[in-house]
Amino acid sequence: MSTDAATLPRAHRPGGPREVPRHVSPGLWTLAWRRLRADRVAMVSLWIVAAFLVMMVLSGSGLIASDWSREVGVNYAPPTFVGPDAGGQGPGAASPHGDAGPTAASEFESTVVDPIGDVIAELRRGQAPSGAAHGGDVVDPLADVMKDIRSQKGAAAGGTVDPLADVMKDIQSGRGAPAAAAAEERRATLPFGGDKWGRDVLKKTIKGSETSIFVGIAAAFVATLIGTLLGALAGYYGRWIDDALNWFYNVFSSVPYLLLILAVAAVLQQKGMTTIILILGLTGWTGIFRLIRAEYLKHKGREYVQAADAIGASHGRKMFVHIFPNVSHVVLVQLSILTVGFIKAEVILSYLGFGVPVDVVSWGSMLNEAQNELILGKWWQLAAATAAMALLVTAFSLFTDALRDALDPKLKGLKGH
Amino acid sequence: MAAYIVRRLWQMIPTMLGVILLVFVLFNWVGGDPAYVLAGKISNQEQIDNIRRQLGVDQPYWVQLWIFVKQVLTADFGASWSTNERISHILATRLGPSLTVLVPLLILDTIISVALALAVAYVRGSLTDRLVMILCTVGLSISILVYIIVFQYFFAYKLGWFPVQGWGSGFWENLVVYSSLPILIGLVVSIAPSLRLYRTFVLDEINQDYVRTARAKGVGENRIMWVHVLRNASIPIITYVMAALPGLLLGAFLIERFFSIPGIGREVILAVERSDFPVIKAITVYVAFATILSNLLADLMYKAVDPRVQLK
Repeated sequence: MSTDAATLPRAHRPGGPREVPRHVSPGLWTLAWRRLRADRVAMVSLWIVAAFLVMMVLSGSGLIASDWSREVGVNYAPPTFVGPDAGGQGPGAASPHGDAGPTAASEFESTVVDPIGDVIAELRRGQAPSGAAHGGDVVDPLADVMKDIRSQKGAAAGGTVDPLADVMKDIQSGRGAPAAAAAEERRATLPFGGDKWGRDVLKKTIKGSETSIFVGIAAAFVATLIGTLLGALAGYYGRWIDDALNWFYNVFSSVPYLLLILAVAAVLQQKGMTTIILILGLTGWTGIFRLIRAEYLKHKGREYVQAADAIGASHGRKMFVHIFPNVSHVVLVQLSILTVGFIKAEVILSYLGFGVPVDVVSWGSMLNEAQNELILGKWWQLAAATAAMALLVTAFSLFTDALRDALDPKLKGLKGH
Repeated sequence: MAAYIVRRLWQMIPTMLGVILLVFVLFNWVGGDPAYVLAGKISNQEQIDNIRRQLGVDQPYWVQLWIFVKQVLTADFGASWSTNERISHILATRLGPSLTVLVPLLILDTIISVALALAVAYVRGSLTDRLVMILCTVGLSISILVYIIVFQYFFAYKLGWFPVQGWGSGFWENLVVYSSLPILIGLVVSIAPSLRLYRTFVLDEINQDYVRTARAKGVGENRIMWVHVLRNASIPIITYVMAALPGLLLGAFLIERFFSIPGIGREVILAVERSDFPVIKAITVYVAFATILSNLLADLMYKAVDPRVQLK
């Protein structure tokens, strides 16, 4: 009866499809969208997430922050509101940081020096862990940290893939014209401060956001695809396929997630965006597999699937044309949960040096630099990366919660993973 | 009961074999010939040949797999490729420091989160509840790296309340002096997600009929929350704690690395950095086995907490 009512106007008045929606009862997505619209927190979060995505696209297409690697300020240029170099880095103030031997300290004073200088000095020290350079510091609380870092660098340098070689190559190619960089006017302060080489932290953060968000989203898509596909197969076919895939799931889920990531990272020697996306995607599909399998188990006996069967729909068609739209809200929520998780995981992996390559900036690599900067009292890079990440992840998590509530109102306020 | 345990142990075998197979495929097949990895580390060609022979690289895959299965069963993975230390010795010595940090962390985290969850759920919907939940969400969104970097800088380096890093020889010295700050950071990071989750578990129970009945017959509010509600909410809590247990061993790897605590987690990172495959293989296999066993333990604990649970 209701179908007649919906089709009649279209048949009688070909020019008036505008009238049709009035007769159609709103679907799941319309209702969910309405509920979402009513949720103020959700809408603010959505706008923030959207802003980050737009920023990612703009930065990825080179419209903004494409010149992030230009050294526009002095080394460690402070943020403008702090004021230029508030008596921070005279030769006397160099004492708190143990790693800056006489070479590095003198480089801080003169700002127009070759920007590679201290990198190379550091690299040299890294390659020779015996480094007598810091032997003089008696009261150096961080000597151990540095020694540890250095010895690890030294050990890593021994491997087949020499990570330092990349750095050197990058430095040589990227900064092939040191004269040009030096000739440029360096500003004493930058709006959000500068990093070790005087690059604008704001632009660097934008570029880092691009990397981190892209990796998170791409990996979430890979994981969701695998999890959904396997879950659908297991739930729909059941029997030995279900047993086999469940075994597969049990095996994967009994290795703790981070350990699995690290193991895969150890085996896949080459670094790159694709590698890290694959690592995260191939290891992160277990949660969604479980949920989708349960959904398919529930749905495959329903009347609409039987009806589809009766009109001769193939298995693939029933699985993905008939059932899938009915479980797609689960997929969407999982996708956004996974994205948040993967952004966090990428940060940790890149921090450890198992993530993005050295010449790519991400939040993780920024935090890696920021750790040593903090000891020198240069907190702005840490603050920028942390703030950007916290803002996005908070907004994304709140949006995910609201999305789940909107798509499945029965759960509201109950399940808060 | 005994029959149940035996059956469960029997059912674990396929999963354990699967883990062995997964690790084998990853390291022997995807990882390729160890000679490439070793070429940069060991200059002595004879030694490399020796390792290749041990792994059976020139043999067919099923022979290699059998060698690996034997290694797992005899717990003899040979020596580390980097330091030449026996792997059994590495595992035995690294376990202690990890547990020194993790056991207190897990106990404190569970007690504090459960207590806070009961308190927050009791005043659900109030300003306190919402503020705590917002705080948790924001706290969760900051990377653990930031907590470690800032806390280590501030409390250890700036204020000097704790040693910046290190590890001593005595148990109490390690626990009190060197583990305090790592445990504190671990708590800050782990309480937020646990609290959010436990709160929902408690909320599931708090509106049940038995709570109203208890209240009607005059049971005190404290007793309702701590005895009646907590006991019913404890099944999902146990599931969560037990599931987190083996992961904790590694979840703290960043903390171990930053504070130079010679634990399992730090060993994993070092091994990945050095491409020290045997160490990673051994740790992966044993941690996976520990996970499988702790799942069984969780099921047995359900029975202890809730007699209605049928072990089938």
